[in-house]
Amino acid sequence: MSQKKTDRREFLKRSAAVAGAVGLGAAKPALGQDHEHTPVAPEPEAFIRGSDEMTAYGSRSRFVNSVRIPHGGRESPDAFGLDFHIATPLQDSVGEITPSSLHYMGTTRGSFVPDIDPDKHRLMVHGMVDNPIVFSMEDLKRMPSVTRKHFIECAGNRSRSSHTTIQETHGMTSNAEWTGVLLSTVLKEAGVHADADWVVAEGVEEVKGASSIPMAKAMDDCLLCYGMNGEPVRPQQGFPLRLLAPGFEGIFNVKWLRRIKVVDEYYMTYNDYGHLTRDPVNAALGYQIGPKSVITYPSGGQQLPGAGFYEIGGLAWSGGGRVSRVEISTDGGRSWTDADIRGTAEPMAHTRFSYEWNWDGSECELQSRCIDEIGQIQPSRQQALDFWSTDGERATFVKGQDNSIQPWRVASDGSVHNAIS
Amino acid sequence: MRLAKPSTIKRGTALRALRTLLLLPLLVIGLVSVQAQSPTYGVGRTPTENEIRLWDIAIGPRGEELPAGSGSVDMGSELYLSKGCAGCHGTTGSGGMAPRLIKRDAGPNADPWDYGRVLPIRSPYATTVWDFINRAMPLGAEGTLTADEVYSLTAYLFFLNDVVEDGTELNEKTLPQIQMPNRSNWVQVPDWLPGQPRLEGYPY
Repeated sequence: MSQKKTDRREFLKRSAAVAGAVGLGAAKPALGQDHEHTPVAPEPEAFIRGSDEMTAYGSRSRFVNSVRIPHGGRESPDAFGLDFHIATPLQDSVGEITPSSLHYMGTTRGSFVPDIDPDKHRLMVHGMVDNPIVFSMEDLKRMPSVTRKHFIECAGNRSRSSHTTIQETHGMTSNAEWTGVLLSTVLKEAGVHADADWVVAEGVEEVKGASSIPMAKAMDDCLLCYGMNGEPVRPQQGFPLRLLAPGFEGIFNVKWLRRIKVVDEYYMTYNDYGHLTRDPVNAALGYQIGPKSVITYPSGGQQLPGAGFYEIGGLAWSGGGRVSRVEISTDGGRSWTDADIRGTAEPMAHTRFSYEWNWDGSECELQSRCIDEIGQIQPSRQQALDFWSTDGERATFVKGQDNSIQPWRVASDGSVHNAIS
Repeated sequence: MRLAKPSTIKRGTALRALRTLLLLPLLVIGLVSVQAQSPTYGVGRTPTENEIRLWDIAIGPRGEELPAGSGSVDMGSELYLSKGCAGCHGTTGSGGMAPRLIKRDAGPNADPWDYGRVLPIRSPYATTVWDFINRAMPLGAEGTLTADEVYSLTAYLFFLNDVVEDGTELNEKTLPQIQMPNRSNWVQVPDWLPGQPRLEGYPY
């Protein structure tokens, strides 16, 4: 805390010095950029007439056009209407919650979104339990519930040099407020046998996607979600019921959930097979999401209007728990200063950070670094590649899930670029 | 739960009796947790055995859930064409738009991992192949194959990859016994515990 205060004082001193310098230089107005002069006070373009639609379910302004994009080198929807990967526009995000309509989507091989009547949907819990149970959605909503914020991230969410925007580099993660029943509540209700070590969670989409989840995780914080951001989970997110395995790679968060089977060994489902490796290090890193962060503003493809004050903003998260600290570098990783955490850092949730920055108008590189509550530190790409390099061979690819630091280069003309080499 | 044997107290010293007494509250807690195995809320209904059997398509490595049935390499080679597999995976198991199903040539004495990411050769268990064909193939007609057809297609894919010989027939007993080349040639993720780092000794 005192460290933070010191940093803040230092910052204020530096800011004052910068402001003083600008005043002395006197080449630019102290109040930043000059907008077009308006002879009268602002007025709207028009007035929106009320409609039944707007009464029933509101929509955003016609001037707000932030949208998701297909991701992963494949169209969504494709010629058959299958969705594969869809990335969220993080460049436009404010706060911590991803709007449901902009939440990223991933499927294992391209999938139609199941159109499920919630009155007919059922969840079966069976296998190594004393009391197998079939729940209707109504049944589940009678059970004790929790509401928690959690991020989900696709294992393939990694920055490549060909990417220009944050939507491409980091758009396969989102954060929502989820409501539902703890899986542990349901498992205790069913009475899990002492020698059961895993659960297999299965969805109802065409591939009936299924993942093995360790019992310790299932009993810790996995959630059977029917609510998302204050309304039912969206169809693309698993309506009417999805599993949340907080902090685990996206594929464990089984959508359109119909079955939980309690078993005594790793089931090696097709989803599990996707993680198959004989490298124990790779296996360990392709499971729980590491500490990660990214600056959302300014980020690749954005344009700063000129030198002066900016609040750098971004998101940090970790599969290991809460974000405890975020650091910012404005000099390409040579020096680091604490950013401010906005709101409250919650376990396995996107956490917003900010940093007050006076840009002097010269080229620079912005980076952010996440440190989580169990002491894991987000690595630079260099550090991650060093780890994966052997004596003879220089690694060029971060194995497992890539949580390395994202550098954004701000050019002197204010344009912002992906600085991953 | 194991209860203390009554004879322990009779035979033991006073000290041991005292220790048992001190353990009593723990025993009571133990009993409570046993009782917690019966439902607390009583919400939902109990499925029938038949319902569970019909729903349960997850086939574990031991193959206990495999339905009775059988299939052959010959039948599989016909089904591979008639069910449209060849249309996406290629007539020879490669060259289509869908994932490759025949191992890459990696020379004699090849390491199984050099055959590429090809399910019917890389998978450590035959059951994974059976399970995935059964639940997720063919594209657009998932879940329509009979158990016999899935045994046949599995047998054919194993034949294409030299896992089984020509003429092989598979059923619910023989399929789980197939020794896949990667049976023991993979690593399990470390035991997961709340609040533990991804990898011991890895700072990131």
